[in-house]
Amino acid sequence: MTGYRLPAGGAVDRTRPLGFTFDGRDRSGFAGDTLASALIAAGVRVVGRSFKYHRPRGIYSAGPEEPSALVQLGRGPWSEPNVRATQVDLYAGLEASPVNVWPSLRFDAGAINQFLSPLLVAGFYYKTFLGPRGWWRRVYEPAIRRMAGMGKAPDEPDPDLYDHAHVHADLLVVGAGPAGLAAARAAAAAGIRVVLADDGAQAGGDLLTSSATIEGRPGAAWAAETAAALGAMSDVTVLSRTTVLGLYDHGYAVAVERRTDHRPPGACPGHARQRVWHVRAARTIVAAGSHERPLLFAGNDRPGVMLSGAVRTYARRFGVACGRSPVFVTNNDSAYVAAIALADAGVPPVALVDLRPVPPPAASKALADRGVEILAGRVPVAVHGRAGVRGIDVRALDGDRTTGSLRRLECDLVAVSGGWNPAVHLLGQLRAGLTWDEAHATFRPETLPAGLAVAGAAGGTFSLAGCIAAGHAAGEDASAAARGRGGRRPVPATAPEEEAETPLLPFWGLSQGSRGKAFVDLQNDVTAADIALAAREGFHSVEHVKRYTTSGMGTDQGKLGNVTTVALLSRALARPMGETGTTTYRAPYVPVAYGALAGRHVGALFDPERITPIHARHVAAHAVFENVGQWKRPHYFPRNAEDMARAVERECRAVRGAVGMMDASTLGKIEVRGPDAARFLDRFYVNPIASLVVGACRYGVMCREDGMVFDDGVVMRLAPDRFFVTTTTGGAARVLDWFEEWHQTEWPELKVFSTSVTEQWATVAVAGPRSRDVLARLMPEADLSAAAFAFMTFRDVTVAGMPARLARVSFSGELAFEISVEGTLGEAMWDAVAEAGAPFGITPYGTEAMHVLRAEKGFFMVGHETDGTVTPIDLGLERMVAKRKDFLGKRSLSRDDTARSDRKQLVALLPDDPGTLLDEGAQLVDEAVLRTPMPMVGHVTSSYRSAALGRTFALALIRNGRARIGERVYAPLVRPAAGEMMVSAVIAEPVLYDPSGARRDG
Amino acid sequence: MQRFSFFQLALNALDRHRSWPAFWRAAAPRESYDTVIVGAGGHGLATAYYLAKNHGITDVAVLEKGWLGGGNTGRNTTIIRSNYLWDESAHLYEHALKLWEGLSTELNLNVMLSQRGVLNLAHNLHDVREGVRRVQANRLNGIDAEWLSPEQVKEFCPIIDIDARRRHPVLGATLQRRGGVARHDAVAWGYARAADARGVDIVQNCEVTGIDVENGRITGLQTTRGAIRARRVGLVAAGHSSVLAGMAGFRLPVQSHPLQALVSEPIKPILDCVVMSNAVHVYVSQSDKGELVMGAGIDAFNSYAQRGSFHVIEHQMGALLELFPIFSRLRMMRTWGGIVDVCPDASPIIGRTPVDGLFINCGWGTGGFKATPGSGWVFAHTIATGEPHPLNAPFRLDRFTSGALIDEHGAAAVAH
Repeated sequence: MTGYRLPAGGAVDRTRPLGFTFDGRDRSGFAGDTLASALIAAGVRVVGRSFKYHRPRGIYSAGPEEPSALVQLGRGPWSEPNVRATQVDLYAGLEASPVNVWPSLRFDAGAINQFLSPLLVAGFYYKTFLGPRGWWRRVYEPAIRRMAGMGKAPDEPDPDLYDHAHVHADLLVVGAGPAGLAAARAAAAAGIRVVLADDGAQAGGDLLTSSATIEGRPGAAWAAETAAALGAMSDVTVLSRTTVLGLYDHGYAVAVERRTDHRPPGACPGHARQRVWHVRAARTIVAAGSHERPLLFAGNDRPGVMLSGAVRTYARRFGVACGRSPVFVTNNDSAYVAAIALADAGVPPVALVDLRPVPPPAASKALADRGVEILAGRVPVAVHGRAGVRGIDVRALDGDRTTGSLRRLECDLVAVSGGWNPAVHLLGQLRAGLTWDEAHATFRPETLPAGLAVAGAAGGTFSLAGCIAAGHAAGEDASAAARGRGGRRPVPATAPEEEAETPLLPFWGLSQGSRGKAFVDLQNDVTAADIALAAREGFHSVEHVKRYTTSGMGTDQGKLGNVTTVALLSRALARPMGETGTTTYRAPYVPVAYGALAGRHVGALFDPERITPIHARHVAAHAVFENVGQWKRPHYFPRNAEDMARAVERECRAVRGAVGMMDASTLGKIEVRGPDAARFLDRFYVNPIASLVVGACRYGVMCREDGMVFDDGVVMRLAPDRFFVTTTTGGAARVLDWFEEWHQTEWPELKVFSTSVTEQWATVAVAGPRSRDVLARLMPEADLSAAAFAFMTFRDVTVAGMPARLARVSFSGELAFEISVEGTLGEAMWDAVAEAGAPFGITPYGTEAMHVLRAEKGFFMVGHETDGTVTPIDLGLERMVAKRKDFLGKRSLSRDDTARSDRKQLVALLPDDPGTLLDEGAQLVDEAVLRTPMPMVGHVTSSYRSAALGRTFALALIRNGRARIGERVYAPLVRPAAGEMMVSAVIAEPVLYDPSGARRDG
Repeated sequence: MQRFSFFQLALNALDRHRSWPAFWRAAAPRESYDTVIVGAGGHGLATAYYLAKNHGITDVAVLEKGWLGGGNTGRNTTIIRSNYLWDESAHLYEHALKLWEGLSTELNLNVMLSQRGVLNLAHNLHDVREGVRRVQANRLNGIDAEWLSPEQVKEFCPIIDIDARRRHPVLGATLQRRGGVARHDAVAWGYARAADARGVDIVQNCEVTGIDVENGRITGLQTTRGAIRARRVGLVAAGHSSVLAGMAGFRLPVQSHPLQALVSEPIKPILDCVVMSNAVHVYVSQSDKGELVMGAGIDAFNSYAQRGSFHVIEHQMGALLELFPIFSRLRMMRTWGGIVDVCPDASPIIGRTPVDGLFINCGWGTGGFKATPGSGWVFAHTIATGEPHPLNAPFRLDRFTSGALIDEHGAAAVAH
């Protein structure tokens, strides 16, 4: 119980206390608190346990870089693991609990790992668990797996909504700190479109804790006023609580806005919880600030050790003291500012330990004036206290060793600063060149891709005046680039004048004279010794070290530890830092919810559901639907509790015996138009198309370049320069893409357009010996005789008073017509056909009956009988394949293997037991006795019960099948019944029904 | 090579692990080698290891332009299985899976093979047909495979939503129980360490800039670390295979595409198997660290940049939440990309090239990791004897001339 609420100060609303619970205990904070500030104010020190050693950990930072304070937030469907307490805005009733503890935070069984830590060094698991045989699988891995992970996944679906939004702009500014605000203001003044995104609830960044003034106003007030003024401008979009996750090529950026997370779960029904912004900006200014770096010393992970900037933030922004007796430890000037802030808030530090022999003159005087002892040239060698700091030992520092006598400082808070790392993450994602900045001992951006600029601390400029000036200049540049003007406003003036920086002393830990673990990565428990071990074991690439030690692989992705890792590795290998370089920066900058990424594209909207204009009729008829591509197609129409087999049998009998009707609207339809349309299509289909006369249809097959069948359908010639092409239901988009790819990349000289018209038409197929009678009732004037209206012709007519295209095509082998009308008339036409067919017992049939009927006729189906390895010749279509013209895939058909005569060929199969149905997909073998391995000669592609044949049958692709008609093959059962392992079947010609084709004309 | 064991670990703990030797020497390239392997990924390192172990060829260098294992070996989603459709692939991948099963012992390094089962979900009748077909083919080839009903899927992986009313309901699945995942980096490190111990030079930061061919025969390589003469060269540089082939003067039927993968924040164990779905398009498993590891589809365009498009990931997440609605509030922690070399038939090329003494192993597309040990095994045989091993004979380059393709688009499970 060391942190507490200061009597005054901070931007929290002390009139609005908010109750919340942490680890099952009731706590209280104020509106404006984060969970972290409220926990510190409530005196909570240990908030979680680390990943590997389960060491107690406290809050380390005040921002997105937090490695330790991960909590499980909310409960039930709102439960969310691994949330950084530093980024949770407090609301009434908030529930949080620690992660990775069992049974409790205080008594955690996993803490036993601390005693095993001499064994659990980096990569220990690669070196052990190697035997005895089977133990890894049965003993070790299950044990390791039980230790895995931090928080828990919810066990109910997410009740929240998520959104995506798109915005175009001249300029995106990332970060609304001093540099970002100055940039946005300068650019917006020139009238360009600006998007300003900041991850905080309020704009200002570092200004929210600063005591400086800008244009005579306190920093925080200036920030609020500037952001408000920007927000009021029509061309400016200010997004708060919005974190830019990634920058991509061509000015594309992705950000996530947390819209309701600061409200209790369920408090904003109908509102998107989070919104992913897709920003396309001509230019981007990254003003993302910097992260303070911890110092490396033994025990630097103990609760009570935290970043000095965070200590200042908690004091000034939240009115919270992180301890009663703080000690600051630093190698640079920034901790002085924090120490002064704390002293002024009424918490005088015990001491400030500066690793540098000569501290900054003005700052140390200011501190000394406040009665704070400054211990220059000293370094911590030990931290006392396990679950909370009770004191530290310091000694004089000489290089990376210590000298002199030990001094103990009693304290409950160690505020550390090891320097500042520019937040170059987004720049790095776009492969900006980074250089090692010796003065600040960190990487800063050096070369930037076109359209990208950096301003402020992210660019290595740390003074307030410098940030403002850099932001202003970058904003002016952006407006000049967009509008050709800028420079109309003066740079905002800041006060007080800042003291010239005393150089930082790079410090990467003691090489000796210190016991205990010095942590580089707090979340994954990677120590300085681990980095040294990796280097010793030959892992010289920083990418190897990351993977071997897991440094930087936690939820913070190493925002605090990565530069230290690079430094330690470089030191171990006596190599310059710049040569070691950084690991690859990757999106997202902070973890982002899957739900936000998916946006609205979940559930029913994951994939659009396509229905035909006649769909409602099928629903009314109790159709069972099948997904075909994105389409919902009636699979069958059960009546009176029929099962599928009975319904399909009835539907098939209707078509073969009288007449059936089906909704064929889902077939893909493409209109191909232009003077070169005939030549164009001729290059796709294996059979001639150019010779088709106007008014005629032709069935066509197309192949990929490899000669394998790709799609099929009917081509109608509407006019000399106009064709109407149908494709398979699932293949429409593929075929159109295929047309476009060849047209655009290979044959741009052809004058032709291809247009998808799938949804413009509704088609009703009428099939069966009485179909002509049905049509005759719908169009009594017309002569529909076979002589007057020949098979494979079409005409534009009026059917039941509706303009329609009537075609004589058949996929069942029966006399059949297809009536196509514009989509809006689909239902009316369906109804008219149903009514006209009623006297003949017209029966709607679904895709399954369609399959049975076509298979009885030996018609192949793309996706059943073809799988990308089947040529037209394999399907028995030799006579269709044009000899004289060229087409895509033709040359491939003459390749040695493709031209083999014993390829797998389409045949029918008749099971010896006419009641046995072969499994679709069943493999076929030549021997009746099962053994493994066993050579396979083919497989069943379609398998049905046929009412017309009075038995089961199948289609199959069988090696050299056409030469094997009459021979017997065997299909092992997928789920063998007792005693029955194999089904035997005889190979037959593929056309089993009406081989002469007599029924086609009725 | 210092053996790894619990005893050694404990022994080294006594001096705070200060005595461990390097996994491999930081070798500088010599002027000449009998055999040079280009590419120190899993496949290249495995090739070097089996050249040394199976064929006694140790005058070998493995050249790596960056850091070993830094290409697709370190970028994949670590899925291992052998349930391929066609005999040629099934035998090759099954040989690899058998090697996987003894690999930790073989390399004396724990590659953390985790045979927790791989589900390939079926979402429509076409998927069901193809799934049954594949299960049958696998069984007849002696590979473990089962067909599961939706209820059995739910039993095997209780958090999958099998509600028939979903947009793409689960209609069944194939299951290979011996399938699973492994620690990808460890595979590269294990092979590198074991090859190094047998005398192989592993040369990192050494990029090949030219291939020297005289009278149709390989004579050596130009590199950023000087010229290296070699009697035999094996190219195993996924992502840049066609670039290297171009240096040797021939073309490959390979398209290079970005492929992305991603991990979630670590969470307590919730998914105990690998789930793959081609139709809604996601593949996911949970690592021993607790992260959900996921792959996306390839970007449609060609690229050599190891980055992909954001919209691919967004679509991927919709697919994931279709299967696992409870994952919605979990968070994506890191994404990355690699470059996959895709052949027209989604099967690799392993064998001779038009240049004598130059061999190539490429075109693994999106699924090369699972083949790593088998690929190295057969490629070492091919290089050592000049003739393909029976297992890789069908995967010759000239199959694109003969038409003897091995079309595994269905089994590759990532839509191409």
